[in-house]
Amino acid sequence: MAFAKNISAIDQGIKNELAQKGIVIATLNDLYNWGRRSSLWPMQFGLACCAIEMIATACARYDIARFGAELFRPSPRQADFMIISGTVTKKMAPLLVRLYNQMPEPKYVLTMGACAISGGPFIDGYNVLRGIDRYIPVDVHLPGCPPRPEALLYGLIQLQKKIDSQEIEKCEWYQKGLKRVYPVPEYGPHGLIPKYNPEVWRPRQEELRKQRYGQPILTGKKTKAPHLDVVTTAPSS
Amino acid sequence: MNISEIKSKIESALPGVSVKIVSQSLLVEKPGNLTRVVRYLKDSPEFRMDYLASVTGADYLDYLESVYHLYSMAKKTGPIVLRVRVRRDEPKIPSLARIYRGAEFQEREAYDLFGILYENHPDLRRLFLWEGFEGFPLRKDYLQEDSEILEAEDIQWLEEHGIPIPEDIRKQAHELKQQGLRALAQKPTKESGV
Ligand code: SF4
Repeated sequence: MAFAKNISAIDQGIKNELAQKGIVIATLNDLYNWGRRSSLWPMQFGLACCAIEMIATACARYDIARFGAELFRPSPRQADFMIISGTVTKKMAPLLVRLYNQMPEPKYVLTMGACAISGGPFIDGYNVLRGIDRYIPVDVHLPGCPPRPEALLYGLIQLQKKIDSQEIEKCEWYQKGLKRVYPVPEYGPHGLIPKYNPEVWRPRQEELRKQRYGQPILTGKKTKAPHLDVVTTAPSS
Repeated sequence: MNISEIKSKIESALPGVSVKIVSQSLLVEKPGNLTRVVRYLKDSPEFRMDYLASVTGADYLDYLESVYHLYSMAKKTGPIVLRVRVRRDEPKIPSLARIYRGAEFQEREAYDLFGILYENHPDLRRLFLWEGFEGFPLRKDYLQEDSEILEAEDIQWLEEHGIPIPEDIRKQAHELKQQGLRALAQKPTKESGV
């Protein structure tokens, strides 16, 4: 994951040296980001099997509370962190975009599992969205099927690094004209309208699946089904 | 009980009904007879099939099929598997929702995905897909959209919502519309070896 380096006015070496002697120097930025990253409030919802791992991460053994993200909120108005844990079906996608729009700034999104990133095992289905990043921006992609709880914690730490790299003066949610509300897709006759939001996502120029498998989409084997013949000698049950 | 014994019991109890044994299951030859057969299996003291476990749809290209699994909770026996076959252009099967309440949602599901029309169903609407969806996606001749290519209605929607559209995408959608085509997902061919 790429994130901008934390550019602090104070040299990191001096800071560390002083810290060993018990003197802590912090900029306002440091305090601000420390506070923000240590208390992320995730939104409480799960979409499929990945949600089970997310629940495990929140329980005592892996304990997401150690990283400050234990307060799962049932309302988007109170949450600033969205863990999209599981398969996003086309029926569910508009609701997710709506929930994202309802979250207050600053907000972060983590997609958990192959399904939320790209459709995963269901990518060829008529019913599964090929990745929620078609409609909303995503901060951390966390691959796996499902990712283990350790992986989710790692993803959270990566997000915290990203938060650390942001600065008060420059952060986008204090800027004028910020638009982080995305239009909610609609149900159409063959799927969602639009199929993706070109402002957020564009299809890749080179089709990797085509290169690797010889065709862009595999919708299963479509041969003629065999006719079932009459069984005259049925085995006794 | 042996499958051929079940068959002969049904046929002797219900004159005019003929069933065929198809690999350990019973094919009710006329779809119209299904309710009679199921009622008999449910009510007769010999079978007491009081639980309908599943209603399944299937597409065999030449015909559509509906498969029923019946169990008896009272006698702890089962399953008895029933099949009904209907023509693709006229997929009408009598509904079992009045006999087993549990059939209601399962028949709605089979209707949603295969387009089998269950006659006398109390509320035959789509279950998983939304109202306004066209076609029945689990039928083998269903054409799936290509989700990477935007079409004219997508462009129109994006314009209405004031989203800037790159010129190449707009052009592609326009060309498709001029040719009167939909962007469809490519189906696997023999050569691709799938
Ligand atoms: S990525 Fe795997 S585990 Fe996660 S929701 Fe999809 S299928 Fe389930």
